[in-house]
Amino acid sequence: MSASETPLLDELLKGPWPSFIKEMKEMAETKPMVRDVLRQLEKSYVDKKTHWKHGGIVGVKGYGGGIIGRYSDSPEEFPGAAHFHTVRVNQPAGWFYTSEALRDLCDIFEKYGSGLTNMHGSTGDIILLGTTTDELEPIFSALTEKGWDLGGSGSALRTPSCCVGPARCEWAMFDCLDVCQELTLFYQDEIHRPSFPYKFKIKVSGCPNDCVSAIARADFSIIGTWKDHIRINQEELRKAEAERPGYILNAAVLLCPTRAIEWDGQEMKIDNDNCVRCMQCINAFPKALKPGVERGATILLGAKAPIVQGALFSSVLIPFMEIEQPYEEMKELIEEIWDVWDDHGENKERIGELVERMGKGEFLAKIGIEPDVQMVIHPRENPYVFYDEYYEET
Amino acid sequence: MSLDVNGVSIDLDDDGYLIDRTQWTEDVAKALSVTEDVEMSEQHWEIIHFLRSYYEEYQIAPMVKILAKEVAKMTGVEKRAASKMLYELFPSGPAKQACKIAGLPKPTGCV
Repeated sequence: MSASETPLLDELLKGPWPSFIKEMKEMAETKPMVRDVLRQLEKSYVDKKTHWKHGGIVGVKGYGGGIIGRYSDSPEEFPGAAHFHTVRVNQPAGWFYTSEALRDLCDIFEKYGSGLTNMHGSTGDIILLGTTTDELEPIFSALTEKGWDLGGSGSALRTPSCCVGPARCEWAMFDCLDVCQELTLFYQDEIHRPSFPYKFKIKVSGCPNDCVSAIARADFSIIGTWKDHIRINQEELRKAEAERPGYILNAAVLLCPTRAIEWDGQEMKIDNDNCVRCMQCINAFPKALKPGVERGATILLGAKAPIVQGALFSSVLIPFMEIEQPYEEMKELIEEIWDVWDDHGENKERIGELVERMGKGEFLAKIGIEPDVQMVIHPRENPYVFYDEYYEET
Repeated sequence: MSLDVNGVSIDLDDDGYLIDRTQWTEDVAKALSVTEDVEMSEQHWEIIHFLRSYYEEYQIAPMVKILAKEVAKMTGVEKRAASKMLYELFPSGPAKQACKIAGLPKPTGCV
């Protein structure tokens, strides 16, 4: 490919950071479709608008999702980019692969598509970028033959994802990989056959550091936590203070969001009733401080990015749930939520939006959960609200 | 793309959906079902007719959950089983395939 064909894209090759253009140009040497996609992108940079058409209906037999149709709006000019569908492949929990599995994936996609991959998309899936409608059934058979399956797309349960968890991380409060794997296998129908009002995402983080950003991205966020007290090793704290005077004050005491820590230079006291399990102090002093031993997860509901309404974070639904196989309590809760959403949700209404529209009190009554003070997102700001007790007193 | 039905040429868009929805007849539906590899049974027709009457009333294709509820009502099976059944009847998905055969406009929306 001559450099003059895409002068604007070539700008991206300059500077210290790697660019997707470099990878794509390498692939364009053997894959004409990639060359056409680059030429089309160059045209988009000139015209300042996309040359992909909106949406498109493609799929494989028996599945309602997993492949996202992408068509060029100028197929005569860029024949190789006429079809450039995206294939979502369900990633293994925690993204652990053997090198053989990775080789299989690359071989399959070089044979049936552009050979370009995105490891991983923000959904967590393995993304195979760019193939044609005719190749969809063959690529699907090749993938399933090697034990892979498609991920979720459309108004369905999206591919659940989780952090690396206990496989590599000391903070994991439960086996989040197993939870992710089990939910993925248990809800295959809901992943492959869209039947919800809109998308529904489940993400599992092993601890409050929340490495998969479940609280910001998942409709149903499962985040590891503990119920008892932070374990303190005072000796280690005194050592840390001697090594770096003042650091405990700055990194733990002053950064504690609920000011629940006291440190007199010799001994730390933590007001565990007011601790919100944010992990700040534990992250700063991993030798001296450790999470408690009664471990489980907090279940939060409703995160979403802005589309119809503004972005939402998940908010607490179940302050503490014990996480034990086969996760019956969690599955019952998920299905309870789906039923209410199915009955009351409008088209393209996420669960978080439904809860806001319906009111959390009513939603809790419908799924049969008692309200709890920990579910309050923030205290009432309007002082001109009087409770019955006020009138009784006056 | 186009389809020849009883000597009449029916124009289809790139994805195989009817361009002129008034051209729909049961024969057109049959011809479309052949291109989709769907063998039309009585249950298929019931769903097609439900889709068409819903579209006539609301000018929009029903959400899959509404279709699933209708199938549950029609067959007496549970809602989740009904959703699975829809995919057995229309393997490429009720939104894509059933709407196509019913002559409804292409479902919009993206990923």
